Amino acid sequence: MDNISIRQIYQTCLIIRLFEERVVALYPEQKMRTPVHLCLGQEAIAAGVCFHLKLKDYLFTTHRCHGHCIAKGVSLRAMMAEFYGKQTGLCSGKGGSMHLVDPERGIVATSAIVGGGIPLAVGAALSVKLKKEKRVVVVFFGDGAVDEGVFYESLNFAALKKLPILFVCENNFYATNSTQESRQPLDNIFERARIFGIPGFRCDGNDALKVTNLAGRLVAKVRQQKGPMLLECRTYRWKGHVGPDCDSEKGYRPKDEIDAWIRKCPLKKLEKYCLKKRILTIEGIEEIRLKLSKEIDEAVEWAQEGPLPLKADVTQNVTYGD
Amino acid sequence: MPWTKVAVDHATGELSMNAGPGNGRLLTYGAALREAQYQALKRDDRVFLMGEGVDDSGGIFGSTLNLHKDFKGRVFDTPIAENALTGFINGAALTGSRPILVHMRMDFMLLSFDQILNHAAKLCYMSGGRVRVPWVVRTLVGRGWGSAAQHSQSLHAFFMHMPGIKIVMPSSAYDAKGLLLASIADDNPVVFVEHRWLYDLKTDVPKDEYLIPLGKGFVRKSGKDVTVVALSLMVLESLKAADSLKKEGIDIEVIDPRTLHPFDEEIVIESVKKTGRLIIADQGWKSGGAAEIIAGRLCNKIRPYLKSDIGFVTLPDAPTPSSPALEEGFYRNARDIVSCVKETLR
Repeated sequence: MDNISIRQIYQTCLIIRLFEERVVALYPEQKMRTPVHLCLGQEAIAAGVCFHLKLKDYLFTTHRCHGHCIAKGVSLRAMMAEFYGKQTGLCSGKGGSMHLVDPERGIVATSAIVGGGIPLAVGAALSVKLKKEKRVVVVFFGDGAVDEGVFYESLNFAALKKLPILFVCENNFYATNSTQESRQPLDNIFERARIFGIPGFRCDGNDALKVTNLAGRLVAKVRQQKGPMLLECRTYRWKGHVGPDCDSEKGYRPKDEIDAWIRKCPLKKLEKYCLKKRILTIEGIEEIRLKLSKEIDEAVEWAQEGPLPLKADVTQNVTYGD
Repeated sequence: MPWTKVAVDHATGELSMNAGPGNGRLLTYGAALREAQYQALKRDDRVFLMGEGVDDSGGIFGSTLNLHKDFKGRVFDTPIAENALTGFINGAALTGSRPILVHMRMDFMLLSFDQILNHAAKLCYMSGGRVRVPWVVRTLVGRGWGSAAQHSQSLHAFFMHMPGIKIVMPSSAYDAKGLLLASIADDNPVVFVEHRWLYDLKTDVPKDEYLIPLGKGFVRKSGKDVTVVALSLMVLESLKAADSLKKEGIDIEVIDPRTLHPFDEEIVIESVKKTGRLIIADQGWKSGGAAEIIAGRLCNKIRPYLKSDIGFVTLPDAPTPSSPALEEGFYRNARDIVSCVKETLR
C-alpha cells in the first residue's frame, strides 16, 4: 500500500473518531434527541473496507452506522443536522441517528432491526446482478445479527445466486449487554459462511492496514464476480451499547476488559506505524487533526442553525411522492 | 392438488358480474394475473418475479405458468425463507428494480412481517422521502377442504394497521389484471391478496395493458335497500345473495372497494346516503378485522344517514377448523349475507 493511501485511511479513522467524540461532548446538552450508537474503537473497519468502495457501490449498515457513513463520504453537516432533528438533516428529521440514508453515495436504507439490513443488501446485490451493473455491495453487521435466522437465509441465497456482495461482521463480542459466549456455542462467525460455500475470513479489526489489505482482496474478488465473501473483524466498542457513556460504571462490562481494548486503540496503532515509517510526522498529524476538527465545528454550527421541520410534515413521505 | 379443483368447482358457476368495460374476451382470474405479469415483464426490464414454485409445472395455479421460459433469469424459484425473501425485494426495490414476490399461502407471510412492517412500510418515510420501495407481494388465500388453521387465513387486516403499505384485493379477472399492473407501476409496497376460489372465474379482460387506479371502488350491482361492502370472494357471495334477495323484492347494492389502502370512502358514503343501511362482508375475522376497521373509519361520516346498525358478515373468532361439519359453522357465504340483510331491514 502506498503512503498516500495509508494517509487517507488514517484520515478516515481520525475523522470518525473526532466526529464520535464530538457527539459525546455535545450529547449531554440534550439537544441531539436521538439514540446514538457510537463506534469509538471500531473506526479501522469502516475506514479499511470503505477505502475500496466507489461512489456507486452500495453500502448497508446498522444502528451503529456513523463510521460507515462517514467513510462512504456522507456529509458531516447533514448527519449532524439529522441528529439535531433538523429539516436540513440527511433524512429531514424522519430517520435520526439509526437510519442514515444517502442514495447518491450508495446508502439507500439503514435498518436498526438487528440483522434487518442483511437481506436488504442481498436484494441490492440481486438487483445489481439482474441489471448487469458494475457495482459491489458491502453490508456491515454485528455479532448479534449472526444470531438471527435472516443472516443464514441471506447467506444461502447470496451463495445460490453468486451475488456481488461482501458480508462484513464487526464482532465486538457484545449484543447490547450479552456476551458472544452467552449467545453462541462457538466463536467461529467467519467459518459459518463456509457451510454455504462462501469463503470466510477473519482479521484483527483494530489493525487498519490488515483490514484494508484483506478487504481489498475480497472486494476485488467480489468485483470480478467470484461470488459473495465474508469477513469477520474482531474489535471492541469503547462506549455502552447506546449513548455517550462508558457502561463499566453500570456494571455491564468489566473496566479491565474495556481498558485492555482501549490500549489496543486502532487509531494509535496506525499513528505509531505512520510515525515509524515516516508516512506522517507529529506536526503533520496535528495539522490534520486541526483541519478535521474545524470541519466538524463547521458541521455542528450548520446543523444547529438549520430550521426544524414543520409539525405538519409528520404525515408527509408515508408513501413515495407525497 | 386435487382438492383445489373441488373447491373451485364449488365456488364459481353461473354468475353475472359487472366487471368493467366489456369487449367479449373472457379470461379467468388466474390467466388475467398471468397476462398482467407477462406484459409487465415484457415492457419493463426492472420487473422480476420470484417465489417458491413460480417455475414449477403448476405455476402458482397457472398464474405464473411458463413465464420462466419467456423471461430467463427474471422469473425464478426461491428458497423457503419468507422473511429474507421480503428483505431481498426491499433491497432490490430500493436499488431500482420492481420485484414481484409470490406466496402461495398467505399464512406464510407471517414469517415476513419484520421485513414488511419494520422495513418496507417505513423505508421511504425514514429517509425523508428520498427512497422508494416499489414491490408487489402476491399472496393467495385458500378456503375449505379441511385446509385448517394454517393454510386458510386471510390476513389482510394486519396490514391495514401499518401506515406505508398498500393493500389490494381483486375480485374479478378484469380487476386482477388492471390492479396488478397498477400495483407493479406503483412506487410503494403493495400487498396483493388473491382468493384461490376466484381463480377460475371468467370476466371480460381487454388484451392491452390497462391500469385500475388504487383507491377507486366499484359498484358491482346497484340497489336501493341495503349497501353491502364486500371484499374479495365475498363480492361473489354478495352477488349470489343479491340474486336470491331479488326474488323477495329486496334490492341490495354491492360495493367492491378493490383496495383497502387507500380506501374509497366516498363510494360507500354515497351509497349509504341512498340506502341508509350498511353491511360489511369480509373473509377475515371480526375482532380488529377489516370490517371493523372500515366501520370505524366510516361511522361518524355515515351516522346521519343510518337507519339501522351496521351489519357484519365475518368469521367467528376461532382459528379455521378442518372437519367439513365445523367448516360449515365457520365460513360465511351468500346465505349469511341474506340473513344479515334481513336482520338489517327488520
